[in-house]
Amino acid sequence: MRFIFKTAYEQDIRLFKHGGQQFWYGLLGVALLAAPWVLDDYFLGQLTFILIYGIVGLGLMLLSGYTGLISLGHAAFLAVGAYTQAILAAKGWPFPFSLTAAALLAAATGIVVGLPALRVKGIYLAIATMAFGFIVEEVLARWEHVTGGNTGIIVGQLQMFGWTADSEESFYYVALVVAALVTLGVLNLLRSPTGRAFVAIRDSEISARSMGIHLARYKTTSFALSAAITGIAGALYAHKLRIITPEQFTILQSIEYLMMIVVGGIGSVHGAFFGAAFLIVLPQIVAMVKDYLPPAIGQATGLQPTIFGLVLVAVILFEPYGIYGRWLKIRTFFQLFPLYRRGLFRRQKAFMKSERLR
Amino acid sequence: MQVLQVVISGISQGLIYGLIALGFVLIYKATETVNFAQGELMMLGAFLGLTAVTFGMPFWAALPLAFAGMWVIGILLERVVLRPILGQPAFTVVMVTIGVGFVARGVVTMIPGWGTDTHALAAPFKGELVRAGGLVVGMEHIVVIAATIALSTALYLFFRFTRVGVAMQAASQNQLAAYYMGIPVRRLNSLIWGISAGVAALAGVLLAPITFVHVNMGFIGLKAFPAAVIGGFGSLPGALVGGVIIGVVESLSGVYLPEGFKDIAAYILVLVVLVVKPTGIFGETASKKV
Amino acid sequence: MSAPMLKVEHLSVAFGGVKAVSDVSFEVRPGEVFTLIGPNGAGKTTIFNAISLIVPATGRISYEGRDLAGLAPHQVAKLGIARTFQNIELFEHATVLQNLLIGRHVHRRTNLAAELLFLPSARREEHEFREAVEKVIDFLDLAHYRDQMVAGLPYGVRKVVELARALSTEPRLLLLDEPSSGLNVEETDDMAFWIHDIQNDLGITVLMVEHDMGLVSRVSTRVLALNQGETIAEGTPAEVQSHPAVVEAYLGTAEAT
Repeated sequence: MRFIFKTAYEQDIRLFKHGGQQFWYGLLGVALLAAPWVLDDYFLGQLTFILIYGIVGLGLMLLSGYTGLISLGHAAFLAVGAYTQAILAAKGWPFPFSLTAAALLAAATGIVVGLPALRVKGIYLAIATMAFGFIVEEVLARWEHVTGGNTGIIVGQLQMFGWTADSEESFYYVALVVAALVTLGVLNLLRSPTGRAFVAIRDSEISARSMGIHLARYKTTSFALSAAITGIAGALYAHKLRIITPEQFTILQSIEYLMMIVVGGIGSVHGAFFGAAFLIVLPQIVAMVKDYLPPAIGQATGLQPTIFGLVLVAVILFEPYGIYGRWLKIRTFFQLFPLYRRGLFRRQKAFMKSERLR
Repeated sequence: MQVLQVVISGISQGLIYGLIALGFVLIYKATETVNFAQGELMMLGAFLGLTAVTFGMPFWAALPLAFAGMWVIGILLERVVLRPILGQPAFTVVMVTIGVGFVARGVVTMIPGWGTDTHALAAPFKGELVRAGGLVVGMEHIVVIAATIALSTALYLFFRFTRVGVAMQAASQNQLAAYYMGIPVRRLNSLIWGISAGVAALAGVLLAPITFVHVNMGFIGLKAFPAAVIGGFGSLPGALVGGVIIGVVESLSGVYLPEGFKDIAAYILVLVVLVVKPTGIFGETASKKV
Repeated sequence: MSAPMLKVEHLSVAFGGVKAVSDVSFEVRPGEVFTLIGPNGAGKTTIFNAISLIVPATGRISYEGRDLAGLAPHQVAKLGIARTFQNIELFEHATVLQNLLIGRHVHRRTNLAAELLFLPSARREEHEFREAVEKVIDFLDLAHYRDQMVAGLPYGVRKVVELARALSTEPRLLLLDEPSSGLNVEETDDMAFWIHDIQNDLGITVLMVEHDMGLVSRVSTRVLALNQGETIAEGTPAEVQSHPAVVEAYLGTAEAT
């Protein structure tokens, strides 16, 4: 068990709360920087995907995990970012500029989608964002002279100012830098008034308002930021996939992203990346074990969705804070060993008050 | 005349949405949560009906069988998955039912004889056409319309006039208070999931002659959401009216608007409703008491 | 007599035909503890909600000479009015410290860009916020709970946390909705001391709704009694308590607590 003797407010404000954290995150940083020397191209590619999905997770986490607004249409923001990047990169825009444009355009879309959020919440918002997702999907498929319709767009390699990310390693580093910057931004936000205002809105709108928080403005801000971050991920996604079509941005993907943050651990920055890792690693595990299962199960096309669904249900029932929650428990177990007792993290039971009366 | 024919087919399509939406509304009315797996329950019901008919059972006997089978599945679902998260926010329930939907779609592909193929369900009335003054409606649509109206009337009477129905509504307003008042909240929730899954089974079996039976037929449930919202989520007649509105708008835009609008008309409509009048046509407004 | 801090004139609130508050007028003077009493359903909380602008009302509410009409609910806090809620409305999934820091929101001066980059201005503001909040933590003796999640705290502590959050906004007028409800005798005692200190040491004017007549007589400067949305008596605690209409309202409805 670590006891931290606090002597200055700064200790609570800074990102690394104590030397131990500094050490472990430093180690993680070194490992991520050294990854290209250790992993082959395939695994490095998968790691890049984890970073990209992690950014999506951060965006969605900000909106759903911290502000409490459900989005079933996040694939649409990813699409806005990806298509913007694809089109501008083809025009020769250097990556930082096209990335900014992708983020801004996605943010603008987010503000529009956020409009219903000013009046509705809960399931109504879920349905509104889902409706929006369907509309964007249809637009991508129909607006052929811009989006290439169902055949999609071929995306060139990432380039800026004469430099081209022409290898798996160089693209990985770009993704790593972007992911690190986005994470830093989100962490900064969460230790500032805006991040706390999001949490306030999530937990009690009525008292957030009585604390002087302008609900409409902060909800819109949350949508805009979330969409912008997802748009940034979309820009990387476009280059990673090299060809983008409307099929990659459907409601199923939106649901998968939500699943990702729930499984990873709702309401935590770690959760976004844990969830992304889950989303990438699980299919690999399924592919590995399916030959050992009875053919009726192992060869069924529904095997992967079944496992996804089961994991999701199990997480909600048994570990509401997902992989991150489990991680905290394991860490606490070792820190407190042998004093850890069951029930240390027991969740409070609460009956529901009416949604309609909120 | 053509317009009228388009409207008629829109109405019959819309009542299908309404029929599925009834299932959402039932659960929402009683528990204030939304079942995102309603379409999948319908799909399972259709497969149950299909299996019964394949084993030689007459269509009209398969219908109650599917109803009963799904009733049991609905109750199991409530017991195993939903009861532990009773009282948690809407988000949790949405996610858990999404998970259930994934599992349902996945498991169906593993069951011999079900799989990923498209199956036709033979119904005695299939292919018959009803003509009235130049208008043509398929008999299978007439059956859906009749069943939807009968079912919603029965449910309306249930909520309006039976003790259990009234208790359910009371429980939805504030589960804790209802619990203290001696209303067996958990048993009611169980019952309502049974009924809702049963209704989904009826929808699935009746829909089967029109859309065939396959693993992804539940996605039509996603169109039933807008129907429920437009009608006002807690309202049974609202679900039907919302369904009809969507059905008609869809079929009209299929004829008079450029290609592509038909598929998203329902969603554009629901966004407009949510921005303009979020409570829908029959919805009620209330604000939280502090 | 000094100019009123809060002036409520001919306030009426109706919910779908039912008059919850009808034609109520009163003034809260700077530095006093003004208490609204009355049986359940007398419209006390509704008056609070009208001042918070979360229910539509007719009549006029002015604060320090300024009409509240036309303001948005979130702007009320910026004027220096803070409130607590009858059933506790804390941010459950945040720590006590975070709850209080949210109370500082009205004093935010940074912008989004500064926060994303955590510029020195944002850091400085965080330090200022923390200092202000620590004063409140000391004042209400919450240091022990500082880093705990609200969701796990006992009822009595939450009540104090909610008071602390309201104080963190540095209000000049504090609305307390039943500060003692759900508290035991000892906790109610503490609450009485704190209300006294809030009035005398912090110089904050208090408008309170309260059922516990013991607490009311201990801390109130003046009391207004309501019944079924109408004013029935106003004066010192002793005057109001012995007023025949008040006695009848309580005995008549058997709601006295």
